[in-house]
Amino acid sequence: MPSDRDRDTSGSPWSSPAVQNEGGPGFPVPAPIAAELSERLAAAEGTAPSGGEAVSTGSMFRQIVSVFTENKLAVIGLGVFVFMVLFCWLGPVFYHTNQTNAQEALVNSTSNTSPSGQHLLGTDNAGYDILGRLMFGGKNSLVVGLLAAILGTAWGALYGAVSGFFGGWVDALMMRIVDTLLSIPVLFLLIVLAVIFHPTLTVLILVIAFVSWLVPGRLIRGETLSLRVREYVQAVRVMGGSRRRIVLRHILPNAIGTIIVNATFQVADAILFLAFLGFLGLGVQLPQTDWGSMLSNGVTYAIQGYWWEIYPAGLAIVLVVVAFNFIGDALRDSLEVRLQQR
Amino acid sequence: MIAFLIRRIIQAVIVVLLVLLGLFLLTHVIPGGAARAALGPRATKAQIRQFNVTNNYYKGIFVQFYLYLKTLVWHHNLGYSYKMNQDVTTVIAQRLPKTLVLVGISTVLALIIAVPLGILQVVRRNKPIDHILTGLTFVGYGMPSFLLGTLLILYFAIDIHIFSVEAPQGQTVGAILGDPRGLVLPEFTLAAITIASFSRYMRSSMMEAMTEDYVRTARAKGASPRRVLFRHALRNAIIPIVTLLGLSIPAIVSGAVITETVFNFPGMGLLTYEAATNTDVPLLLGTALVATLATVIGSLLADILYAIVDPRIRYAK
Repeated sequence: MPSDRDRDTSGSPWSSPAVQNEGGPGFPVPAPIAAELSERLAAAEGTAPSGGEAVSTGSMFRQIVSVFTENKLAVIGLGVFVFMVLFCWLGPVFYHTNQTNAQEALVNSTSNTSPSGQHLLGTDNAGYDILGRLMFGGKNSLVVGLLAAILGTAWGALYGAVSGFFGGWVDALMMRIVDTLLSIPVLFLLIVLAVIFHPTLTVLILVIAFVSWLVPGRLIRGETLSLRVREYVQAVRVMGGSRRRIVLRHILPNAIGTIIVNATFQVADAILFLAFLGFLGLGVQLPQTDWGSMLSNGVTYAIQGYWWEIYPAGLAIVLVVVAFNFIGDALRDSLEVRLQQR
Repeated sequence: MIAFLIRRIIQAVIVVLLVLLGLFLLTHVIPGGAARAALGPRATKAQIRQFNVTNNYYKGIFVQFYLYLKTLVWHHNLGYSYKMNQDVTTVIAQRLPKTLVLVGISTVLALIIAVPLGILQVVRRNKPIDHILTGLTFVGYGMPSFLLGTLLILYFAIDIHIFSVEAPQGQTVGAILGDPRGLVLPEFTLAAITIASFSRYMRSSMMEAMTEDYVRTARAKGASPRRVLFRHALRNAIIPIVTLLGLSIPAIVSGAVITETVFNFPGMGLLTYEAATNTDVPLLLGTALVATLATVIGSLLADILYAIVDPRIRYAK
């Protein structure tokens, strides 16, 4: 429904709140709302969100590099992400722990032991070493977060570009589907899907991707509306370029700024979504785990004073989510051309 | 405006119907079907057949959907929850008011905290307090609500016994309001979800308003900084918050599911969670319907309120 505002408020002077200052509505506005707002703003202003200049991929890459050299927060964010990746994948090489054999865990180490030389962050109720578990579960959290966000954004971008490019009833129908899905609170959709499909790693990636494509879909559709009337798109048409070629080779590459920025925020959200599912017991199933499931598991014991069962996992989630928000914020400031022009 | 309203309401009805149909189709993919979920793994074939006949489950799926809608519209009946041994409508009627109280108070709380924070950040722009608050909003956004809730319980209910570990368990809204010690932590946890985004948004909106021509004019006229801030800038900056409020409803509803689960608050969120884990199909459909209605109505109200608050907005057509 809200995308109908394109027509309803056209010409109405939304006093264009917020967007110029400090780069957008500010990251902490949840992604769906940010998308909605920027779309409404754009609709009112008569432009689509960040209708960018044609940006060649070369300068794009340079721009991204410059973001990380100029913005301290982005460097910190990237640093945290790289550290977490190394921690989860290289960590187990140096810090051997058993994370899959439940029997061995109980035999070799007692449950709920406090941090010591043998277990740097203690053990959980099943006797698994927490530091090792953090690496083991972190792999799942990061893989699900990244893949779900990439899948969701890629599909959303394609969907939005097609919808915006074709316009008319195709656009109306495609956007009504998005509106309908956006009307279901995300967690409901996640819970229902996770209950119906037995949550394996692949299922979780697909389920989270399924709730992650809606916002990028809308954003890119808005951007396509402005891109499709650009001279270079019209030139391709005149030259007889196919519609497929226009969408894939001309519209999507020119919307790449918005796509990358949105994907970054989607990673943060996807990691949070997985944590929520894990907390509700619908995350990765034992003997596998993820940070959310570790928290969920640890809550009961934290109340008995075993603090090491929740703080490390909680800290890991917050760190990674904040890191991706830092990166996304910096990228948005630099890549979204409309903001630069102001 | 009237024509716009009618069109929006028709759209809203269509969206709700589509959501319901989608969820209806989804819940029929549940392994073993609703009969297995309701009767348990030991049910005999005859029992299952009987169950399917009484509940129309043997009919085509669209016929079932039609029948579901018919009983909903004519009898205001959402079906029977076998797990709860109660009508779905009865259960929802018990739980919904409690969640409305929880959500209502927390939203007001969030606004009371977030708006002044946003203003403070603009007044003290680029001073230490601005940076500290910005940092806090970043953390607030990255902090899963169940973690915050758990930490609050650990400190305020277990270490120092100020508040209760559990939310009030009363049967009525009155009983719940009568136990403020139990209500504080869930309210704050739920409010925290929105405080970060509201205050950040308020800050941007206010910052934007401060650069507008009317603020410059007011300053030129010699209005005091305080008057400029509150009478000229704030009045305009607060308008987008109205929209933000309407659009935040899905996030708040999702937040209620988590918060109610953490604090064992007997509301719609906990009900949803129970319905999902018990694969209680009629109950799940009922709660999803309520959640979707809340979202759709929120979006509608945001539009209407927006037109009322900002006289410049006129919906064409």
